[in-house]
Order: sequence, then C-alpha cells, then structure tokens
Amino acid sequence: MATPRLDNDLAAVGAGLDALDAPNQEQRPSLGRRFLRTAVPPLIAFALLLGVWQALWAAAFWPEYQLPSPSSVWAAVAEAIETGRALDVLWTSVHRAVLGFLTAVLIATPLGLLIAKVRVVRAAIGSLLSGLQSLPSVAWVPAGILWFGATPSTIYFVVLMGSVPSIANGLVAGVDQIPPLLPRVGQALGAGRLAAARHILLPAALPGYLAGLKQGWAFSWRSLMAAEIIATSPQLGEGLGQYLHNGSSLNDISMVIAAIFLILLVGVGIELLLFRPLERAVLRARGLTGAL
Amino acid sequence: MTATLEPAAQSTLDAAVTLSSVRKSFGHGANSVLALDGVDLRVAPGEFVCLLGASGCGKSTLLNLVAGLDAPTSGSIRLTTSRPAVMFQEAALMPWLTAARNVELPLRLAGLKRGARREKAGELLSLVRLAEAGHKRPHELSGGMRQRVALARALASTLGSAEEGTPGLLLMDEPFAALDAITRDVLQAELVRVWRETSTAILFVTHDVREAVRLAQRVVLLSSRPGRVVREWSTVDGDEPALINDITTRLREVISGHAAA
Ligand SMILES: Nc1ncnc2c1ncn2[C@@H]1O[C@H](COP(=O)(O)OP(=O)(O)O)[C@@H](O)[C@H]1O
Ligand SMILES: [Mg+2]
Repeated sequence: MATPRLDNDLAAVGAGLDALDAPNQEQRPSLGRRFLRTAVPPLIAFALLLGVWQALWAAAFWPEYQLPSPSSVWAAVAEAIETGRALDVLWTSVHRAVLGFLTAVLIATPLGLLIAKVRVVRAAIGSLLSGLQSLPSVAWVPAGILWFGATPSTIYFVVLMGSVPSIANGLVAGVDQIPPLLPRVGQALGAGRLAAARHILLPAALPGYLAGLKQGWAFSWRSLMAAEIIATSPQLGEGLGQYLHNGSSLNDISMVIAAIFLILLVGVGIELLLFRPLERAVLRARGLTGAL
Repeated sequence: MTATLEPAAQSTLDAAVTLSSVRKSFGHGANSVLALDGVDLRVAPGEFVCLLGASGCGKSTLLNLVAGLDAPTSGSIRLTTSRPAVMFQEAALMPWLTAARNVELPLRLAGLKRGARREKAGELLSLVRLAEAGHKRPHELSGGMRQRVALARALASTLGSAEEGTPGLLLMDEPFAALDAITRDVLQAELVRVWRETSTAILFVTHDVREAVRLAQRVVLLSSRPGRVVREWSTVDGDEPALINDITTRLREVISGHAAA
C-alpha cells in the first residue's frame, strides 16, 4: 500500500515530468507580422510583373492589338465594373461554380467513402476515377452539347465531371492514410460501423478530404470556364467565359486580358479566403504545422 | 483508499473473464500460423494479472480476442464485465480532439448526454492527474501524459458504459514499453493507484519480468509458437528478487527451447 507521503512524492515527480516533457508551444506571430510575411511578397511580385509588362509595352516589341498596356486593361476592367457588367458576369459564373461544386461534394463524398471502404467498388471503379482526373474536362464539352444542347445542364455536367473525381480521390487518399490503429481503437471504444465513420473515419481523413476539396474547387472553376468559353448561347447568359469569348470575337485584347484577370482573381480569391485558412486551422489543430 | 468512480461492489461472480481451451490460428492451409493453442485462463473481478511472454508468442492476439476485436478459432471466452477497455502501446489519441474530448469519445459513443459526459471525463482526467490539461491537444502533451489520457479514455469506455456495480476489465498491451524509464516508473505507480481506486480487473501484457512482478498479483507465463500457459506465480507473498529470478530463468528456458526446433 502506498502511504500518502509516497503518493505525494509520486505526484511531484509526475508533475515535474509533465512540465519538463511537454512540447513547447511556439508562439504565433502577431497579426501585423503575419501580414508582412504572407501578403507582402506576392504584392511585390505582382508589382514587378506590372513593371515588366509596362516596360515591354513601352518598348513596343509587339503591336498594340497583341500586347495592350496595363492601363488599357485596367480601363476595360473599370468600365465593366462601372456599367455593372462585371458584377453580372461574376455572379453568373461564381454562382454556377459554387452550385456545381456543392453538388460535386454531395456526390463525391459517399462515392469516395464507398471506394475507400468497399473492396469490390475500389477494384471496379478506383482506377477509372483516378484516370478521369487526368482527362481535361473540356473534352466533355462536345459530348455535353450533343446530349443536353447549349443549356445550363451542359455546363453543370462538365463541372461535375471535372470536380467529382478530385474530391472523391482526395477522400480516398485521406482514408488510406489513416493510421490503422485509430479504427481499431474506435472499435475497442464501442463504435459501430456508422459511428466509426462519423466519429473516426471522416475526421481522421479530413486533411486529405480538404486537399481534395481544394483541388475539386480548382477543377470546378476551370471546367466551368472551359464550358462557358465553348458553349455560348443566349440561353446561357453571360458568364466570365462568354465575356472572354466575346472579347476574342471583338478582337479586343484588353477585354480578353481583363477576363483572364477576373478568372484568376476569383480562383485565387476563393483559395486564399476559404481553403487556405480552413486547411491551416485543421492542420494546426493536429500539430501539423510543418507545411505552414 | 476511496472508490470515487464506482462503489467497490463485492461481486458474487467468481471470474471477470474466463478463457477455456482458446485456439487461434491465422490464415488457411499450409501457410496458417497457430498463434494460440489451448489457452485456459481466469481473471477474478478486481484482480491484476500480468501476461508475460517473449515477442511473438501471442500476447497481443490473446488480448485482442478478449477485447472482442478478433474471434477465436475455437474455444470460448466468457466475460462477466462491462465492455473491456483496451490500451495499446501507443496512446492512439484522436489528434483532432482535445484531451478531454478524447476521454469523452467512448461516452459519446455510448450515448451519454453532454453534461454527464463532461462530468465523467473531468473525473477521469483528475484520476490520472490531468485535470488541468483537458483543453490541450495530443501534440501538446508529453508521451507519458498522452498515455495517461489513453488510460482515462480506456476507463471511460469500461466504467462509463457500465451500469453501476458491473465490474470493469482493463486490457493493456505493453502500454509503457515506448516510454523512458523514469516516466514508466511513475506511470506504473499511477496505474496501481488507479487500479486500487477503481477496483477494476486488469489483464496487463508485458515482456518485462520486473514490470510484471512489480504490478501484478499474479504473473502468467505464455510459451511461444503456439502460445500456451506455461506456469503461474502469485506475487502476493514472496520476496520480489527471488521471484524475478525464478520467472526470468523459466522464461529463458521457454525461449531457448525454440532454438533447437
Ligand atoms: N493478423 C495476423 N496474421 C497472421 N499472423 C499473425 C497475425 N497477428 C499475429 N500473427 C502471428 O501470431 C503470432 C503472435 O503474434 P502477437 O500476438 O502479436 O505476439 P506478441 O504480442 O506476443 O508479440 C506471431 O507469430 C505473429 O506472426
Ligand atoms: Mg504484441
């Protein structure tokens, strides 16, 4: 029997060990410093790019209809914003992309779980799904037009074909990377199949799933642009892709570059405002700060 | 000693777990491995038993069978306890949950309400002297602290799901083997304290004779390929060094018996 005194000694040794042994928590740098570290370098790079562009234009290596000046592109963007056209165009495209992406998530999540957990399903369609990832989704546009006509259905079809494989594959990779001990622990703690999926499998696979979502968003956006550039009809309204297409038809290089700029802006903006912080929060909570 | 978690109910049942002629083989046909052959073992409620054996003799296999993570090829395993709690060599905490949430997880799986979960997890964390660390994530804890959280979580899965009075059973698979000597020493003492306070039965697997003799009331030696119970020792009355010597000698005999084969 341990005497109370011995017990106290033990507690003291234990507390000492805890204090000595617990990993040190690195301090998070202040907000201003983080801004300096993350936002300033890309801004400088952008400014440099603009400078080079301006210089090339000033040197007049290429004719004006091939290389417009930064200011004329800016004028095209400003005009589109002022007339409200930019907002309409952005709204049309972004809401399509978001809707398509959310649908893709709803389809790809159960699909990914099935592939990851059911051996026959994996054998049957696992490699097909990875293969689909390397198929440019623009290849689906002609088929979509033949099947659905130049309608929104075609656009959503192409977006889904582009993003579902990425999301499902991300989830499969996430599940495959779960340490095998965790599901066993779950079983030992009394988790049934469904409870295990909800409380162990999905949270454990979250980093891979998020990576898949991020890529899935990029593919949605890209596929949408491909579909919008190729499939144009009055029925479809004017999205960013059609705006780009129109610029090209009008031989208006400023408008074309303005469209590319807006496409990039949306892609990068969603990545920076949504996925990057989400990924960071998830990885940081698990102590995986190496990549950040 | 006070029983804070469960009334120290004197069980009328004479065994927490009974194994009779348990056999376990892996694989089929010519490639099959016979891991356990005819294991008979009984653990009384509240008893602390150490299962000792060389690496690969089937200790983990046996523990998995008792835990219900695997089914025996033949023979029977009878449990009179609530769902056995299991602790592995690695803490295997869920990295996305805080220490307290990890302890709450089995209670959540058992369908306890949030308030009850919180309270029980708090009690169990104080039992392993981690009441202050409940908000920390696994990566912010030392190896020893993680293993204590794992102990609290294991206890939650056996005590939390039980009706009052059902004896608990804790299965531990070399839980301190990956820790440094000082931490292991402290945790061994902690474990004995927790065992006394909770009156749960413990089946503890180790390949370390000293650890077995220090912790257990009874030491059971398992042979290798296939695993069988070779001998048992009671540690209750007897001098420790002699017992350690005796068991070590026997363990060596068992292992060297395989050199010829
Ligand atoms: N899933 C399995 N498939 C095939 N053989 C296994 C499996 N698990 C364990 N074994 C074999 O059973 C024997 C006992 O293993 P184990 O119980 O892990 O030993 P211990 O925990 O005592 O080191 C070993 O020979 C091992 O190779
Ligand atoms: Mg083992």
